Amino acid sequence: MTKSKMTSLQRVLTTLGHKEPDRVPLFLLLTMHGAKELGMGIKEYFSKAENVVEGQVRLLNKYGHDCYFGFFYAPTEIQAWGGEVVFYDNGPANSGEPFINNIDQIKTLEPPVIADTPVLQEVLKTIRILHEKAAGEVPVLGVALSPFSVPVMQLGFEAYLDLIYNEPKLFDRLMAANEHFCVEWANAQLAAGAAAICYFDPVSSPTIIPRDLYLKTGFQVARRTIAKIKGPTATHMASGRCLPIIDDLAQTGTGAVGVSADEDLGILKQACRDKLTVIGNLNGLEMIHFSREETDRNVKNAIDAAAAGGGFILADNHGEIPCQVPDEVLLAISDAVRTHGNYPQ
Amino acid sequence: MADSNMADRESTFKNALLSSDTDAAGKALDEYLADKTVLEFVEEVVVKVLDEIGDGWQKGEYALSQVYMSGRICEDLLEKVLPDKTVLRKDKPKIALALLNDYHALGKRIVYAVLRAGGYQLIDYGRVESEELVRKVKEDKIEILLISVLMLSSALNIKEIVKSLSHAENKVNIVVGGAPFRLDRKLWQEVRADAVGYTATDALHIVRTLEGDNSND
Repeated sequence: MTKSKMTSLQRVLTTLGHKEPDRVPLFLLLTMHGAKELGMGIKEYFSKAENVVEGQVRLLNKYGHDCYFGFFYAPTEIQAWGGEVVFYDNGPANSGEPFINNIDQIKTLEPPVIADTPVLQEVLKTIRILHEKAAGEVPVLGVALSPFSVPVMQLGFEAYLDLIYNEPKLFDRLMAANEHFCVEWANAQLAAGAAAICYFDPVSSPTIIPRDLYLKTGFQVARRTIAKIKGPTATHMASGRCLPIIDDLAQTGTGAVGVSADEDLGILKQACRDKLTVIGNLNGLEMIHFSREETDRNVKNAIDAAAAGGGFILADNHGEIPCQVPDEVLLAISDAVRTHGNYPQ
Repeated sequence: MADSNMADRESTFKNALLSSDTDAAGKALDEYLADKTVLEFVEEVVVKVLDEIGDGWQKGEYALSQVYMSGRICEDLLEKVLPDKTVLRKDKPKIALALLNDYHALGKRIVYAVLRAGGYQLIDYGRVESEELVRKVKEDKIEILLISVLMLSSALNIKEIVKSLSHAENKVNIVVGGAPFRLDRKLWQEVRADAVGYTATDALHIVRTLEGDNSND
């Protein structure tokens, strides 16, 4: 195999192995843009697997990036737990009123059964079809919310922090239920054809909790959970910082980390070298206003900082690109990677 | 010597907050109140320490959970020692706080705690949609409106709120905060807010500045 003939999957696997592929892989983590491609509202778009498949195929053809993204919206899992999802015309669906409104509910909380949950079945169907279409050439990414981070939507942030600090037994009970579901959900996506699971864990970020507390909580949860997931995982901090816990993250068994635009990409890459692949860190919100020149400069700067030696995938900092980011910017990112991202550097 | 004692007290209080040690924070307050007033404690210690913790969060030195717990502890401590809230808490200018669209109320909760700890009475509208917020602000003749958001879509809705409130009887100063504004430093101008706060004590300083401006009108 010569470098110039690499498929997206080969490119990604090579960089995950901390070697240089033919060029820097690009993950455009696009969800809502698929609805725009199909001329649909966001709620309608995510109501059927076929829509999301068609959206993802069109987006890949248009931008030539290196993954299919089987993710619908963050609160799909909350929907599975029986919670409310609120759709917006100009942004991602969000969780509604927390469905745990009294912490005593945790004592009897039972995880949802994936086979009985229509929205999760639609996600699995999407991954299955995308996997077939990819024909072994493009990785399909699945997403599972960390058992430690999903309670922000289950209880609300404030009640969850109070639980972490003041109710250790109920916290452990909640983690047990969430870990069970997370493992089942991640493995179901892998069985459907996902090449890897993005383990979204922003609450573990030092932006949200201090490292000493993380080591007693989110770190333990991640180690137990990731060990049971039967495929590769990438931990994503969804805009949160991670530099102070890089070595801890590597010990959770994850293979990559989605990093924040608030941290220096070069320093992150040094800290992660040969341990974790770095995914990031173009600022998704600023991307809305990028000119073509700014786009080119930002892509080049990221590649200069982190591409050497492999172990780097260019992506946004949050794990989902806002729907307000114009097509021209996405095309400019794709062009810039092809201009500046070829190996050897 | 006095300065060194003061620095020690601040440091003790700050460490108690950062480690969420309510008892140690309460003890530090008791020692302070042996020779100072509650308002002096607020001005000389609470605001300064919360400022440092908020700045530290911005720089990546502290975590949001520490910011939250610190605000909560200060609020609780002051609730206990303020004998007559109506005398010591300022109810002018009329301030309201709201979470727009989203259900993630932590940022609003922290700002509420810090403004209360800073000596302000304020109305908490909770989670509201745009139209309801505009109606409430007009009815209550609010002078300073603090809006917290998590999602970009919610942040963009503020532009319409600003437009609607430009027709209010009194001038409403709109202060915005939340993750989208922290990640895109020009967004607050795009939505035409009057000011943006990146930390809870930013909100406190902005309110104090606006209070000064209003009193000069």
